[in-house]
Formats: sequence, C-alpha cells, structure tokens
Amino acid sequence: MAGFREARGDLRLDAVTKTFGDFTAVDGIDLQVPRGSFFALLGPSGCGKTTTLRMIAGLEQPTAGRVLIGDTDLTGSRPYERPVNTVFQSYALFPHLTIRDNVAFGPKRRRAADADEKADDALNLVQMAGFAARKPAQLSGGQQQRVALARALVNHPEVLLLDEPLGALDLKLRREMQVELKRIQTEVGLTFIHVTHDQEEAMTMADTVAVMNRGRIEQLGAPEELYDLPRTRFVADFLGQANTGVGTIKDVEGDHLVVNVLGTPVKILKSRSQVHEGDVLFGVRPEKVTVSRTRPEGAGNDVRGVVRDVSFLGVATSYLVDMPSGATWSCYEQNLDVEPLDLRPGDEVWLTWNPGHAFGVPAEEPA
Amino acid sequence: MTTTTRTTPPATTTAPKAHRPSAGRRAQVWLADHFAILSAILVLLYLFLPVAYTFVFSFNDHGKTNIVWQGFTWEHWQDPCGVQGVCESLVTSLEVGVISTVVATILGTLMALAMVRYRFRGKSASNLLIFVPMATPEIVMGAALLTIFVQGFSGIGINLGFTTIAFSHIMFCLSFVVVTVRARIQSLDPRIEEAAQDLYASPMQTFWKVTFPLILPGIAGAAMLAFSLSFDDFIITNFVSGNESTFPKFVYVASRRGIPAEANVIGFSMFVIAVLLVVGAQVVSSLRASKLKS
Amino acid sequence: MSALAQVAGDPTLDPPAAAPEVKRRSWTAYVLMLPGVLWLCVFFLLPLVQLASVSLQSRYPGFPGYYYRDLNFSNYASALTDYAPHFARSFLYAGLATFLAFAVAYPLAYAMAFKAGRWRNFMMICVIAPFFTSFILRTFAWSQILADEGWVAGVLNFLHLLPNGHIINTPIAVVAGLTYNFLPFMVLPIYASLERADPRVIEAGGDLYANGFTTFRTVTLPISMPGVLAGTLLTFIPAAGDFVNMELLGPQRGKMIGNVINDQFLAVPGGYPVAAALSFTLMAAILVLVFLYVRRFGTEDLV
Repeated sequence: MAGFREARGDLRLDAVTKTFGDFTAVDGIDLQVPRGSFFALLGPSGCGKTTTLRMIAGLEQPTAGRVLIGDTDLTGSRPYERPVNTVFQSYALFPHLTIRDNVAFGPKRRRAADADEKADDALNLVQMAGFAARKPAQLSGGQQQRVALARALVNHPEVLLLDEPLGALDLKLRREMQVELKRIQTEVGLTFIHVTHDQEEAMTMADTVAVMNRGRIEQLGAPEELYDLPRTRFVADFLGQANTGVGTIKDVEGDHLVVNVLGTPVKILKSRSQVHEGDVLFGVRPEKVTVSRTRPEGAGNDVRGVVRDVSFLGVATSYLVDMPSGATWSCYEQNLDVEPLDLRPGDEVWLTWNPGHAFGVPAEEPA
Repeated sequence: MTTTTRTTPPATTTAPKAHRPSAGRRAQVWLADHFAILSAILVLLYLFLPVAYTFVFSFNDHGKTNIVWQGFTWEHWQDPCGVQGVCESLVTSLEVGVISTVVATILGTLMALAMVRYRFRGKSASNLLIFVPMATPEIVMGAALLTIFVQGFSGIGINLGFTTIAFSHIMFCLSFVVVTVRARIQSLDPRIEEAAQDLYASPMQTFWKVTFPLILPGIAGAAMLAFSLSFDDFIITNFVSGNESTFPKFVYVASRRGIPAEANVIGFSMFVIAVLLVVGAQVVSSLRASKLKS
Repeated sequence: MSALAQVAGDPTLDPPAAAPEVKRRSWTAYVLMLPGVLWLCVFFLLPLVQLASVSLQSRYPGFPGYYYRDLNFSNYASALTDYAPHFARSFLYAGLATFLAFAVAYPLAYAMAFKAGRWRNFMMICVIAPFFTSFILRTFAWSQILADEGWVAGVLNFLHLLPNGHIINTPIAVVAGLTYNFLPFMVLPIYASLERADPRVIEAGGDLYANGFTTFRTVTLPISMPGVLAGTLLTFIPAAGDFVNMELLGPQRGKMIGNVINDQFLAVPGGYPVAAALSFTLMAAILVLVFLYVRRFGTEDLV
C-alpha cells in the first residue's frame, strides 16, 4: 500500500505537543513504551490523554515533536499508513457490515488473501465466533466491544490503542473484560496502550502507568510505585485516597524528616520525600493507618481523634476520624475478625502508622 | 374535654364525592384525554377530502366541463390519454422530473459532503446561498428566471421550453437535497470514518466503502423529495416553460374550461403509485428491522 | 430545530475543537462545492440581479414589450401606490392561513408525536400522501367541494353563516385553500420538534403542579418553538406569493399580489418593469417580516 510505513520496536513520543488555537492539550510529552508491554495512560477528563492517543494513531498530528516506533518516524503520516490500530470508546463498528466483514475490513484493505479466515481467528480469540454473520445492531454493548477488539487485533499492529473501551459497560462486565484484555494481551504479545480515567482499572491491568494532568505526565512507573510513592500532589490525590496535610520541615532525625503538620509532629523517610526543606505535603494511605481505642506502644507516629463515621464495607471497615487540628482522616481496616473493632461515632481513638509508609510531595497549590 | 358529635365515620359510609361522576362529566374527561387523537382524525379526513373528490370525479361522465356530477363512466380510466395534451404533458413532467432529480441529487450530495466534513472559506456564505432559495417565494424566483432567460440568455439561444424548465427545477431542488443529505451525514458517528482510516482505508476507500453506503438512505430520500417537488411545481414552471406544458401547467390551463377527467385519472394514479412506493419502503425497512431483532 | 439537538448533547471528554467531523482545509471542499454553487449563482443569484435590473428599466413608449436599461425608480413608486392594497391583502390572507394552519396542524403533530405509538409512521404517510396529487388538482377539487351546489355551501347557508350566499369565489375560500395547501409544511416541522422532545420533560410539568393547559403553554409550546417557527415561515412565505388559490377559488376583483405579478409578466404587454418592481418589493417585504419575526421568536438556526 502506497505510503504505508512498516515499523517495529518500542513506541516513542519525543517532546510531543498539541495545541488547539491558544489551548494546549498536550504539552511536550516524552514517553517510551517497551514493545509488548501493557501501558496505561491515566488521568481526569481533559488531561490530554485521548489527544495523545489520537496522535499515536495518526488521527491528530502533533503541533511539535515526533512519534516513532523503533527507528521509524511516523510523524505526519496518515492513520492508514501506520501499523497502529484503535479500539474506540464508542466501538465505531460499521453498522452496514456483518461482524465478519467488520473484522475483515483491515486485512482486506491490506490486500490479505485470507482476510475472512483471519477474521474468524480473531473472533475466536475474543470468543465471538458464533456471531460472524450478524450485524452490530444485534449485539449487546459487551459483545460489540469484543468485536471492536477483534477488528483491531486481526491486523497484528505494532501498537494497539484502546480509548476508554470499558467505559460504557456495567461494573461486572467491566471487571470481566479487564481480565480478558489482560489475558489477550499476554497471549498475543502486542503493545497495548490503554487510556482511562479509572485508576483502579489502570492499576489492575497495566505493567506501567503514566498519570497525566493538564497535558503533562506527572509520573510514570509501575502501579505499586505510583500508589505507594507518589511524586506529586496530583498523583497522590488521583490514585486512591490519602490522608494529607501541609506542613513545614522542622528537623532531621537520622533517616527521617520531622514535619510539623498543623501542630502535630510526624516523620517521613528522607528517601520517600521529594522535598527536604521548607513546606511539604505529608501523606499516608488510609489502609496503612491503624485505629485503636488505646494508645499503642512505640508504633511510630500517632494521633488522637474522634470517630465521625463508620462504614461497613464487607471486606473492610472505613472510619472517618476528626482530628484536633480540624482535619478529617480516613482509615481503612480489613475485617479480619468476625466481630470487628466495635467503634461508634463519638468514640475517642488513636490512629497510628508506620512512618516508613508516609510520603512527602511538593506542597504546591493544585493548579 | 368537650364532647363532640364528631366521630370517625363508620366503615360503610358513602364514598367520597368524586367516585361516580355524571355522564356529562365523564364525557368531558374522555374528550379532553382524547382531544389530540380526535382532532388528528378530523384533520386527516380533511386532508383526504380533495383527494376523494379527485377520485370520484375521475368517473364523471361529463360533457364540456367536469365541475358537476353528471353520471358514472369508466371511459376515462380506459383511455387516460384520450384528451389531447394530457399524456404529452405527463411525459414532459416525468422527463423533467428525472433529469432534475438526477442532477440536483448529485450536485446537492457533493455540496452536503463538503459542508459537513470540511472547513473552507465562504462556508457561511454558501450556507446562506443554499438557504435563501427555500425562503424565496416561487413567484419571485419564477419572475427572475423569466427575465434572465428572456433578456439575459436570449443571445445564447436558449429559448423558453424544456431546457429552461429543467434548469429551473434543478435550481430549486438543490437546496432541499443539500438540507436532507446534510442531516443524514450529520447523524453519522464521525468515529466510524476514523475507524475506517485507522484500519488502512484511504480517504477514497473510506468514502465508498463506509460513508456512501451509510448516507445512501438520505440520498434516496432527497431524490424522492426532489422528484416530487419537480413534478408538482407549477408557479416557476409557468413562467419559464414557454410553449412546453408540464402536467400541472396543463391542468391549470384546462381549469378555466373545466379539467378533463383524464387528468383526474392521471393525478389519482400518481397519488396511488407514490403512496405504494412510500408504504413499500416502510414495509421493507420494518421487515429488515424485525429480521435484525431475531 | 437543531436548538433541541444541543439540549440533548453529550459533554465531550477532551477539550474543544476535537471535532473530528471537520477536516483540515482542503481544496477537495471547493471542488465538491463548485458545481452546486455555480448552478445556484447562475440560476438564482444572476436572475435576481437581472430582475432588479428589469425593475429599473423603462419601456419604449409605443413599443410594448421592448425595454431599455434605465434607473427608473418610478416603477417602484407606481408599483407601491397602485398595488398597496394587493400587498396588504396578500399578507392578510397568508397570515390568516398561517394561523389557521397552525391551529389545525398542532393537535395533529402533537397526536403524532405523543399519542400515536405504532401508528406514527402511518399517520406521517397520511399527512404527506394527499400532496402526491397535483397541487392544481387539489385546489380545483376545493372549488368543487365549496361550489354553490355542494354540501359545504348548503350546510353553511342553512346555518346562515354566508352573507352572500356562496363561499366559492370569496376570500374565505382563498384562505381555506391556502391553509389546506400548506398544511404539511406546518405539521412536519412541529412534529419533528415535538418528537425530539423528551416526553418526561412534559410529565415533569404535570408533576410540578401544572394542569393540562398550563403544561402546554409553559412546557410543550416553548419546546416546540423551533418547529413552530420553521413551520410558520414555510407556510407564510409561499402563501404570500401564491396566486393559484386566488385564481381558482377567489373573486374576480381584489386579487393578491401574486396574481398581479403573474399577469404583468405573462398577460399584460409592457408589464415587465412594474412586475419586477413588485416582485422585489414582495421579496423585500417578506425578508423584513421574516427578520423581525425570527428576532422576536428567535432560534439558533432554522435549517
């Protein structure tokens, strides 16, 4: 096919920028996605993740920067010239074609001799083999989603892009599909780039997650890394919940920084803080905090508070505790016992945590 | 505590007043509830009344004028072309209709595609240019066309007749085609075309394999609309036809003396054919829809 | 009508101009537009220019049918003074017909949109179908229906509603004909507007204590306004310029402006400049009325 650019290797975005008029959607992103990995682009609405995806697909062209796969520069090429396929959020199945013709569309455009057989193989992979003769309108949302996936997979692209593909599915189906997608990715070994605003989804499925905000990548790394050691306030707030407070670094005790947060001294490991002097945003995850009626011995940091709310979540119990400083902390305890800790709103409790579980990020005002 | 005669009513008291309204009140309520449907039926009857008259009078055994009922006869139906000019004008109308439909549909579809899918300089001016003919009274357009054909183009050798009729019809059908097809294109999910490109289809391939099949119903609808506008047009045709006669013009001219029943026959037949086509299309599409559901 | 479409739209997740429908500027667009635009310029704009020119032409005295280019504004002056009553009459009849068409069309459109259910398509066909018979035949049929010997005239006479004893060849018949002929142009846009509305919005009206008529006045009618607007324009504009209804159903005197224009062009020798002036005046008057009307009742866009 004239103009088609063969490419092989890691996907690389090189200082990619996209502006619409005077609005900057994507601001100088640098990214490298290893071949064969499952990569998630995570962020809130409007952060630029879908725009980035579209630039990889060729549906948008960068205002500046380059898009490369391996050594091949794809910048400027049209979507039909790239070995990249997309699974769209709305599936975008061709309503006038059968399922088989939908899936065989790509191979036929590439003049594959056995397009229909390839299509059937792909449908098998997504477990939609019996639906080949139907039309998209006859399928449910979940089924259409599988077909959209097959339609992209059948072409064995270097990079497969998924634009919030699970957004329209109900919870149970979504969970099933998350497992399915991961299984398929492992089986076919293609590079998957998954765009989502659901942090749970990103963390479940991806090998590497990039958190985007306002056109920039705030942090990139394995899900555990992002969760347990966020580098910015945004990442700390966006992934899961955190008990945070702005404080000033007062002292250094061995490996720890001593921070004064609203009157209470707390410790953070130097290696787990991005800031070593001045103001810092202190944070600790709710599940790392223990609630008890009595003050525990030598646990590390501890604070006293009053229970405001208790929610039984089946697997765990969530507590909201009011602090003397005015802040409200959230604590999450697994229900290891049949009759868990019996606390009620108004009870006085001690909250403790291991200072090694706390983190410190720059305390800038969220933009 | 004062004793009062007020007690809770026994269980078998008479029910509250609204329980059994009078017949008149019930009729009122029924009328109010069904007001819309009733008036709809009345209006539909009203709409069909002239059609019914046309049908009935096609059997009229009339003498010189077909205004008053004089007797029943089949002869008009047996020989619809019996009156001079009826079938000739019908043929002219059909020919003009087909030509206008084909040209207007093609040109209009191209324009609709451009207007929905592209940005270009002069887009809003073009939009206005398309909209204004629909808002201009036919008499003004007809008058204008007459003057240009008679005074402006006379040097080129275009005389009032078939050609001028066709040119004029194409003109006023264009806007309607653009509007109809444009609506259809706008209702398409733009992601579908992106998906096609994502799957290696060049712009040409995307258009023919994906876009065109999906807008085809809109194009078909626009074509039908164009044909019916052209076929039924009188005012503009009257101005630019010269000595040619289309079916509406023939009927109008004849109306002074009384329209021959043959024209009624043809008019009613066109009605039946059109209704069959529309109903047929409906039936086909609902059959298709129910097949999909199974 | 697309005002309603905006109400129901999804918020897009990514910011502005991620409008994939609109491609980059390209010469393809010009190629696609050219034939149609050219056609409209040659057969719509150019004729209007020519018409304007004719309206300013003068006759060769003594040679009816021959004109020379001039800037004779007196054509307009005489047009307006001589034919002002015709203009007034045309707008009056068209206005009445529009109002009546609205009154008749709205219940029908309402029933089709909300009460018809399965019958909706059938009713739509019923509305459009009568208009597959020729316009002239339909109007002529009215002259038969309203004839002195017919049952309509008989009933009305019996009720002593007809001062002159007949209904045919009166302005009433003309208005009746106009109303009838443009009814689908009123029904369909209103139906389209109502059909797009969420019926639950109207239920909400009732839920919030509005009775039937109040709900209609405060909820249903405003929702259908774009359709009403389009319908009234699609009815009024052609009705104002019509002459066929007048010719077949109306009296010999007191014609509409359409008749005058038609006569001046086709029947009266030497009538071109005056007729052209009248046509332009008609178009200008309609444009002004439409502009004021849309300003008053406005909507995002009509088409």
